[in-house]
Amino acid sequence: MQVKAPPWWRSRTVKGMGYAAPTAVFVAVFFVLPLLLVGQMSLSDWPLLAGDRGVNAPENYTDVTHSALFWPAVRFTLLYTVIVTVVLLGLALLLALLVQESRPGAGFFRTVYFLPSALGLASASLLFWGLYSPTTGPLSRVLDTLGLVDDPVSFLGSPTSALLSTVFLIVWKFAGFYMLILLVGLQRIPHEVYEAARMDGASRGQIFRSVTLPLLRPSLALTLLLCVTGSLLAFDQFFILTKGGPDNSTVTVVQLIYREAFQRLNLGTAAALSIIVLGVLLLLNALQFRGLRRADES
Amino acid sequence: MGSTAGPLGRLRRLVTAAIALLAAASLVTACGSGEDGSGGGGGSGAANAKGVDDGTKLTMWTRAATRPQSEALVKAYNASHQNKIELTVIPTDDYQAKVGAAAGSRDLPDLFASDVVFVPNYTSSALFADITERLDALPFAKHLAQSHIKAGTYEGRKYVVPHTLDLSVLFYNKELYRRAQLDPEKPPTTLREWDRQARAVDALGSGVNGTFFGGNCGGCGVFTWWPSIWAAGEDVLNKDGTEARLSSDTAKKVYETYRGWVRDDIVAPGARDETGTTWTGVFPKGKVGVMPMPSTTLGLMPKDLDLGVAPIPGPDGGRSTFVGGDAIGISATSKSADQAWNFLAWSLGDTAQVDVVAANKDVVARTDLASNKHSKADPRLVTINQLVAHGRTPYALKFGQTFNDPNGPWLTLMRDAVFGDEGALDKDNAAVSASLAD
Repeated sequence: MQVKAPPWWRSRTVKGMGYAAPTAVFVAVFFVLPLLLVGQMSLSDWPLLAGDRGVNAPENYTDVTHSALFWPAVRFTLLYTVIVTVVLLGLALLLALLVQESRPGAGFFRTVYFLPSALGLASASLLFWGLYSPTTGPLSRVLDTLGLVDDPVSFLGSPTSALLSTVFLIVWKFAGFYMLILLVGLQRIPHEVYEAARMDGASRGQIFRSVTLPLLRPSLALTLLLCVTGSLLAFDQFFILTKGGPDNSTVTVVQLIYREAFQRLNLGTAAALSIIVLGVLLLLNALQFRGLRRADES
Repeated sequence: MGSTAGPLGRLRRLVTAAIALLAAASLVTACGSGEDGSGGGGGSGAANAKGVDDGTKLTMWTRAATRPQSEALVKAYNASHQNKIELTVIPTDDYQAKVGAAAGSRDLPDLFASDVVFVPNYTSSALFADITERLDALPFAKHLAQSHIKAGTYEGRKYVVPHTLDLSVLFYNKELYRRAQLDPEKPPTTLREWDRQARAVDALGSGVNGTFFGGNCGGCGVFTWWPSIWAAGEDVLNKDGTEARLSSDTAKKVYETYRGWVRDDIVAPGARDETGTTWTGVFPKGKVGVMPMPSTTLGLMPKDLDLGVAPIPGPDGGRSTFVGGDAIGISATSKSADQAWNFLAWSLGDTAQVDVVAANKDVVARTDLASNKHSKADPRLVTINQLVAHGRTPYALKFGQTFNDPNGPWLTLMRDAVFGDEGALDKDNAAVSASLAD
């Protein structure tokens, strides 16, 4: 027996709302409400252990921006983002180009490059912390045994080495993942376009510049967006490897949020920082989208 | 499928991006609560010295750093009582955040231990139940480690008892002392002697180093450097814990000794980077002459390592120790305060202190049990137990954010004093004071 749907269900609008309702409720409860709460916290005196003590706006915002660590953290986060984005995407593109053809061994190398991505970031950071440790790690000892260094190497001991050691970990961990996204993009480029370019006498470099890169733009845009957003929100790797050191040289903005909330036990200032970060990320993403769309149109 | 072009589409994308970013922003919200965190569930006020043992299931938290001591006590209690405690061990670095989050959502366990330096912050936030009457009714109340009791007293009321005591003491390698022509029965009694002996051992070469310390670890500095200042009769903070005195002449003498060890390469490799994770793992390898260590690690040392224990000396003599470790209290929201007190009272009694704590080579929480059947067999334990009376536990409401925060002002002072710009000490001390008075 066929059950006839009630008249109100036949309306497309109602039906659409019905299908969207579960997701809408989920988003409202787990995302929109927390955002509103963060907003309220950012305007309130809200110690972690004591709870809401009432509105104190705009004190939290002025406090965090006047903190001695705020601007250095902003500068460091931007520097880290630029370095990681350039190195990571460059290497991922190179790897994708190397393994895009289905020749013998390509599958093996694709798997090898992708494997580190299967590891959680916290686990990978802990692994590298162990490798880098001058007291317990093997890397320093190996270099010493090979006669390449005289003294134990301090991979995390100076601001520059700590930054580069962390960038190395991130590149190792994520290059395979971004390679995969770019590989999918490369494989979606029709062979006919390459053949036509070759028949027109285009060199390899010309083909890369005029065929591959333009047609790869959607994948590059996605990786760029993910990489920039992920880097601006960097936390785990620095929390585990450097704890912001040495001498506060590797403190990221999200580390400051954690510090305000769980070291200084002040949810109000932590929320204010979160709102600032949210605003900056929204702005950056909007600019990125706009730039990419313009490029598409041209 | 709806189009994403046009003003409406832009708005949708913005909303989508905002929602995606909320995951990060909402990190801090999970821990908030509109309630004031105070509660009266824990303190019945009844001065029942023994509490109640009626088969109640209790929950308890401790941090990983003092896990062996907590586990031993809970195991012995569960084996001999009807009440059963379910112990949860939380990574040390995450403990403050975990307690703070649980306090916000009123999800604290019946009992929770805390690094004693963080206790004032918790008592002032009313996380613990008032146990003044119960505590005072204990027959051995006056013999309990007073530095812990003092740290847990807020506005005249008492909230915690000592749980595990962890003292900073010098460990020295007797075998290396013999090889360096030093008397293995004469550990340093002044910072100068410590310096001389460390340098003598370091001169042995072949991978042997004079000393070691956690140079990128604020907590390690507090634990091991401050006793040298206290030993000289000075304090490092004012009484209220709102002002630092960490650039005094005595403090500078202490820093200068450490600075000399770094300059002349007397310290084992890794001191500059050591964030505290592995600093106690260096001495057991047998390649370090003399260094401050937590007393709780004595029972964990290799059996074949011939080591002596001595108090931490000041520049010209004296002795002191940081009476650290964990204090424990009943959470203000516990519904089983009488049963929880049963565990606390038992844990401080003769049986638990001697047959569990002392038997594991740990420091007893009662000065009247400093000499017991286990410590008599090992004079090093007597040395440590007797130090409790000479040690201090610093008091400051903002201790964690000032001294334990890896990005806090004390670590900057430490590193300037030993690795960097010595001239910045007064400025750094002012920054420490500002954080304490925040």
